[in-house]
Amino acid sequence: MFINFFFDLKQASLPVSLKEYLMLMEAMNKRVVDSFNVNDFYYLSRSALVKDERYLDKFDRVFGHSFKGLENPEGETTKEIPEEWLKLMGQKYLTDEEKKMIESLGGWDKLMETLKQRLEEQKKRHQGGSKWIGTGGTSPFGAYGYNPEGIRIGQKEGKNKKAVKVWDKREFSNLDGDIELGTRNIKIALRRLRKFAREGAETELDLDNTIKSTAHKGYIDVKMMPERRNKIKVLLFFDVGGSMDAHVKICEELFSAARTEFKHMEYFYYHNCLYDAVWKDNNRRYNDNIKTWDVLHTYPSDYKVIFVGDAEMSPYEITYPGGSVEFWNEESGETWLTRMLNVYENAIWLNPIPERYWDRIASTSIIKQIFSDRMFPLTIEGIDQAMRELNK
Amino acid sequence: MKFEGTSSYIATEDLKVAVNAAITLERPIIVKGEPGTGKTMLAHEVAKSLDAEIITWHIKSTTKAQQGLYEYDAVTRLRDSQLGDEKVKDIKNYISKGKLWNAFESDKRPVLLIDEIDKADIEFPNDLLLELDKMEFFVYETGETIKAQNRPIVIITSNNEKELPDAFLRRCFFHYIKFPDPNTMEEIVEVHYPDIKKDLIQEAFKIFYDIREVPGIKKKPSTSELIDWLKLLMTDDVDAKILREKDPKKLIPPLHGALLKNEQDVHLFERLAFISRRENENVE
Repeated sequence: MFINFFFDLKQASLPVSLKEYLMLMEAMNKRVVDSFNVNDFYYLSRSALVKDERYLDKFDRVFGHSFKGLENPEGETTKEIPEEWLKLMGQKYLTDEEKKMIESLGGWDKLMETLKQRLEEQKKRHQGGSKWIGTGGTSPFGAYGYNPEGIRIGQKEGKNKKAVKVWDKREFSNLDGDIELGTRNIKIALRRLRKFAREGAETELDLDNTIKSTAHKGYIDVKMMPERRNKIKVLLFFDVGGSMDAHVKICEELFSAARTEFKHMEYFYYHNCLYDAVWKDNNRRYNDNIKTWDVLHTYPSDYKVIFVGDAEMSPYEITYPGGSVEFWNEESGETWLTRMLNVYENAIWLNPIPERYWDRIASTSIIKQIFSDRMFPLTIEGIDQAMRELNK
Repeated sequence: MKFEGTSSYIATEDLKVAVNAAITLERPIIVKGEPGTGKTMLAHEVAKSLDAEIITWHIKSTTKAQQGLYEYDAVTRLRDSQLGDEKVKDIKNYISKGKLWNAFESDKRPVLLIDEIDKADIEFPNDLLLELDKMEFFVYETGETIKAQNRPIVIITSNNEKELPDAFLRRCFFHYIKFPDPNTMEEIVEVHYPDIKKDLIQEAFKIFYDIREVPGIKKKPSTSELIDWLKLLMTDDVDAKILREKDPKKLIPPLHGALLKNEQDVHLFERLAFISRRENENVE
């Protein structure tokens, strides 16, 4: 009976498995909760099926959708609203009073018209407020997605006393994996990039080897081994100034997380695109810079390279010599980036600008191409993917 | 066996459902949440309310899964053998039981708390998969199988420093303790300090939630910090009037050290106080 719900969860790409579903069924079978109470069922299924707070918000949305039989969760699949369907729904579910309410707003057609208009005007996801379509607002359109829940404007004296159901509150919305959080989460994401090895001074007792050797030789023969360490080595390049000022906070967080996470880490700054010099101190960048050639020659090719930048500039700054906005560069940015990529096999670009805008910015597309698509958004999710890529 | 919260612990409805599901289905429950929201407390309170023994296993970065089962002390045995000790003949003398073994042996169904599992190595949870699933393990040295007489109620806490493997998560129930809303918070405080003055609470709450809202604060104060702070306010017998003080010169709350644990945050707070003081002066 809950199979559909389970598949809805799968469809919304929540990591649920058969085992968890069976666990839920077992719990229902053993009457852990009163199965007629939907709130308890919600708590139980949440606890059995969701194993990471990142997915709680998505789960709430799917739950709301499945047990009302309404729209898809917002932004997951389609943005099209089947107008016919909405009308039908309206006739089916709206009370007479509600229908009147709609009439008073100019009727269905008017309502749909306004909805369409707002859809076009509205570019961003929206929360709160009273006009735009989004979550938690009082606009006639919204709740999650464009479902009739939102259009049910006249719901003053609903069947339930509570206007908002528990899962409709979506209290976990800010824990979604696509949203940037503090350094702690970045650190967790960076931890994907680990390669343990025993190298260096022998400081630990190798018990297994000692026992083996002792048994072999007949007297106690102590064996030592080096400590286990993360031997990943990283070069970080940060774009500073100009359009990057808006992203200072997230870059700071990434920087501080990376510094604690990687023992062997070097960082450099550049502006807009990589040219023949980088620097380590923004106050002395003109007197104290480092030739990019020196970087290429100093750090061996087993270093992993991470570029952080919005890749937003004039395309000439990448493709033409002399294109830099600050000085005359003899060789184009593209040449330098390619040189970098030829030395360091594992390189990625982290972009603080949301992924959906990339295609519209010419320079971003060019850089993405130079990096053979290894550009990731600077979110927890993106860093996570980037680290997997670097681990390859 | 049903957990209903205790006189000293306020459990929300969803938490109760999750814990009861775990108890009934005899499966582990993973509890996550902001630091100081009572994850570890939960295990103690479950034990208390079910009148069960609690066995705690604190995980450190060096903890190995094997240590929870048993440890074989080869070095002592080696030494004893060279000294010709009689004990050496029985290998059992050199096996020390771990927390899991203790829990499995218990006559009455115990509560096993595996605290801060994320502190251990990434592979740690995987190494415990079978043991927690079947509630049994094999001792190679003696050739015996230890099986749980009563499947313990396993409560695992995590601070999210590492992701836990999927296979492990699939076998557990999960609960995320969200930060309590002011109403729940009031109940929590009520449980801890029944005779605290109402007006003091109200003012303290206002300051507390205000501090949590300060943009850019690094470590938000949590429930346990609020409770400590209230205790200090009570022992110092701070009057509610002082908290209500709108005099800009005293904008920093008294005894703020209990709430702000980080010098950058204290700094930030002082700076904000300074700015608002200057603004107030300008208005005057």
